[in-house]
Amino acid sequence: MKKKMSYEKYCKCEDDHQKYGEILNVIDLYRGREGCLIQVLHAAQKIYGHLPLELQKFIADELKIPLSEVTGVVSFYSFFSVTPRGEHTIRVCLGTACYVRGGKKLVEHLIKTLGVDIGGTTDDGKFTFEIARCIGACGLAPAIMIDDVVYKQMTPAKLNTLLAGF
Amino acid sequence: MLELTINGRKLNAPEGSTILEAAEYNHIRIPTLCHMHDHLPQGSCRICVVEVEGARNLQASCITKAVNGMVIHTNSDRVKRARKVLFELIMSNHNRECLSCSRNTTCELQELGKLLGIDETRFEGATSPAALDISVSITRDMSKCILCRRCVTVCNEIQGVGILNPQNRGFASVISPGMDLPIGTVNCSFCGQCTVVCPVGALKETSSVEQVWAAINDKQKRVIVQTAPAIRVAIGEEFGMESGSRCTGKLANALSILGFDDVFDTNFAADLTIIEEGTEFLGRVKTALTGGGSVLPMITSCSPGWVKFIEHTYPDQLDHLSSCKSPHTMLGALIKSYYASKIGADPSTIYVVSVMPCTAKKAEIVRNEMKNDGHQNVDAVITTRELADMIRQAGIDFKNLPDREYDSPLGLSSGAADIFGLTGGVMEAALRTVYELVTGRELPFKNLHVTPIVGLEKIKEAVLKIEDPLPAYSYLNGVEVKVAVTSGLKNARVLMDQIAEGKSPYHFIEVMGCPGGCIMGGGQPRSDDPDIREKRLANLYEEDESKEIRKSHENPYITSLYKEFLGEANGHLSHELLHTHYVRRGLHNEMTGEDFLLSFEQNAKHGRNSSSDNVSGTQAGSIKSGRNEPGAAPARELSGKSRDDIESVRLIALEAEKKNLKKELEDTLETVDILKKVIADYTEKK
Repeated sequence: MKKKMSYEKYCKCEDDHQKYGEILNVIDLYRGREGCLIQVLHAAQKIYGHLPLELQKFIADELKIPLSEVTGVVSFYSFFSVTPRGEHTIRVCLGTACYVRGGKKLVEHLIKTLGVDIGGTTDDGKFTFEIARCIGACGLAPAIMIDDVVYKQMTPAKLNTLLAGF
Repeated sequence: MLELTINGRKLNAPEGSTILEAAEYNHIRIPTLCHMHDHLPQGSCRICVVEVEGARNLQASCITKAVNGMVIHTNSDRVKRARKVLFELIMSNHNRECLSCSRNTTCELQELGKLLGIDETRFEGATSPAALDISVSITRDMSKCILCRRCVTVCNEIQGVGILNPQNRGFASVISPGMDLPIGTVNCSFCGQCTVVCPVGALKETSSVEQVWAAINDKQKRVIVQTAPAIRVAIGEEFGMESGSRCTGKLANALSILGFDDVFDTNFAADLTIIEEGTEFLGRVKTALTGGGSVLPMITSCSPGWVKFIEHTYPDQLDHLSSCKSPHTMLGALIKSYYASKIGADPSTIYVVSVMPCTAKKAEIVRNEMKNDGHQNVDAVITTRELADMIRQAGIDFKNLPDREYDSPLGLSSGAADIFGLTGGVMEAALRTVYELVTGRELPFKNLHVTPIVGLEKIKEAVLKIEDPLPAYSYLNGVEVKVAVTSGLKNARVLMDQIAEGKSPYHFIEVMGCPGGCIMGGGQPRSDDPDIREKRLANLYEEDESKEIRKSHENPYITSLYKEFLGEANGHLSHELLHTHYVRRGLHNEMTGEDFLLSFEQNAKHGRNSSSDNVSGTQAGSIKSGRNEPGAAPARELSGKSRDDIESVRLIALEAEKKNLKKELEDTLETVDILKKVIADYTEKK
């Protein structure tokens, strides 16, 4: 018979088991070391895709720290997400420079073409759409970021071509 | 000693002190909102800033170490201006309905405003979303929270439970349980230590004062009150008396004047607890020594905060808890059975009120286990602070009241019962009785105090060797009984981990949920006296020593209670009325559908008309439970939304953020339009 793993009660479906197992391996690396929570969360988000409450409970219990501490960290950093994220993240810069040079038009265009609101993820799970304050590329305004790459002087038309490539 | 100059005076201060401590040492007061004595400083409120010559910025005096030769100004113009701005910024995001706040005139923020000479609040603007979260025991009104993090310190560092922590970021920051869940639905023990340290009205007990007044005014009801041991050495503080003053007689008198029909003493039930718990302990030891299996160490169960903590944190170790109910629920059960039949009253017309130093007891009484014949053992719990409010409302001059006796038969108690209110007290009271029961001799300690377990240390232990016992207890001859005493949940965790690992060397453990025991309970008066614990402790020991009867089993009313009514200790009737069982809850409350939520509003508005103080808890029978229907899905109602989708709370927050962002977008758009106009005007003029 298969050994019952400590994470089983947190898993919602069979697919979860392997991911939780991988996350447990990461936790084992860090267990007992102070200040390791952020590293564990990073790894967990990479493995699982996002950090649902059950996963946060699992991490809290394994590291023997209060859940409120884990959720406190997760809700503090915008990098962490509690809802499923798309394959790619589009961030439209709405800093002052990008804003006056048409950032808002890009936002409106994306809401229309992707069919999601700010913070939403497309139904096909391809894109998560967010806005950013200033990404420090004011000279390239209006700028957007897709994952780690900055795209300069965007227009709705250029955006369409760009997105078609993903 | 350090030498430094404060406000132009050359002064000394002990090595290693912070600027704040150095100033206090020289009787110079620096105002602060987040600082607490004996706790690591947070440096979060910045009200304590001072000017240090040579430093570019103002320094937070609570976290800046004093250095030899430092020149400090605690009250310069620059300092005063900075403090005022800080204060006004706090006020700009604070619910300013002070008149309808329960902390009116006892609020530290209010006091600070007066101290700083604030006569205007210049900053109007947005306010952060603020939840109004009312559980059976604790109310969180986040519109009043100033984010000082005192509660975070006691919840994490002192109690080690970690319910309250900062969530979110920036303007959306809130001190809350994880995922912004209501406090009544998580593993909070309701110890209430956070309500003692909160400087404002953000954390407090859920008030039951109105219900108690309603009961008193209901002529159909016989309203019976009981007071816990720790009340008598604390209530006087609310009326300007010296810390720890013994007010037993005044307390009984005030309760009678308030209109309670009978004034009984939880102390009586404390004596009863000793008989029941002592018998249970001897039974467990006997089974263990005579080869049977029994669960040792046995742990006391008087502290409902502790009980809820162990149910959440160590659900597999519940068998270690004594099956005894807490004393006040025992007395409630007796009032509605023994006393009701004695006075020929229908139990349903009796309303039992417990005055407790405790917020957890508010949640304890609505538990299904605390009912007999369909009646709650206790109908309402009010804290020491709430009782003081009632005494003030009734216009009673407490300080000058003459003394009065408690009513019989449930009002007389031994000295052993008094010390139930302090750490080590239950153990000492139990040993006084058990030792004498077994050997026929008095406990071999001076003044009957078990010296190794007296005091405020974190974990105390004692070994008692039984020699030459009475024939009935011959199996105990030569046995060394090892006991341990602790208070505060963080310390209790140490002993529990030992038990969970099977390495506990003890037979009997006393745990009280609050550090120092009930005298420092979550419902006790807030005090800025640094020696408050020692004073209350000393006075409660004095109360014990002042009594003629010092041992529970010598209380004549206890003896006659067994003769007339209960039969024998741990007998059938005792088990029905005085004993209970526990619920496996789990760290995330996942093992039961039960929660202690009354109402929860995620985005309660600032300055709304109905402040949290008007929403007094409808305590009676408000617990939601699904575990009485085996097989049925547990009741999982959370403000009308299904808790199956626990993320829903989160979604609400996200939606709110989306709305905010949209609004921001519109605002910015407007600004751009205005700027465009300005530019147009400018170019036209040109």
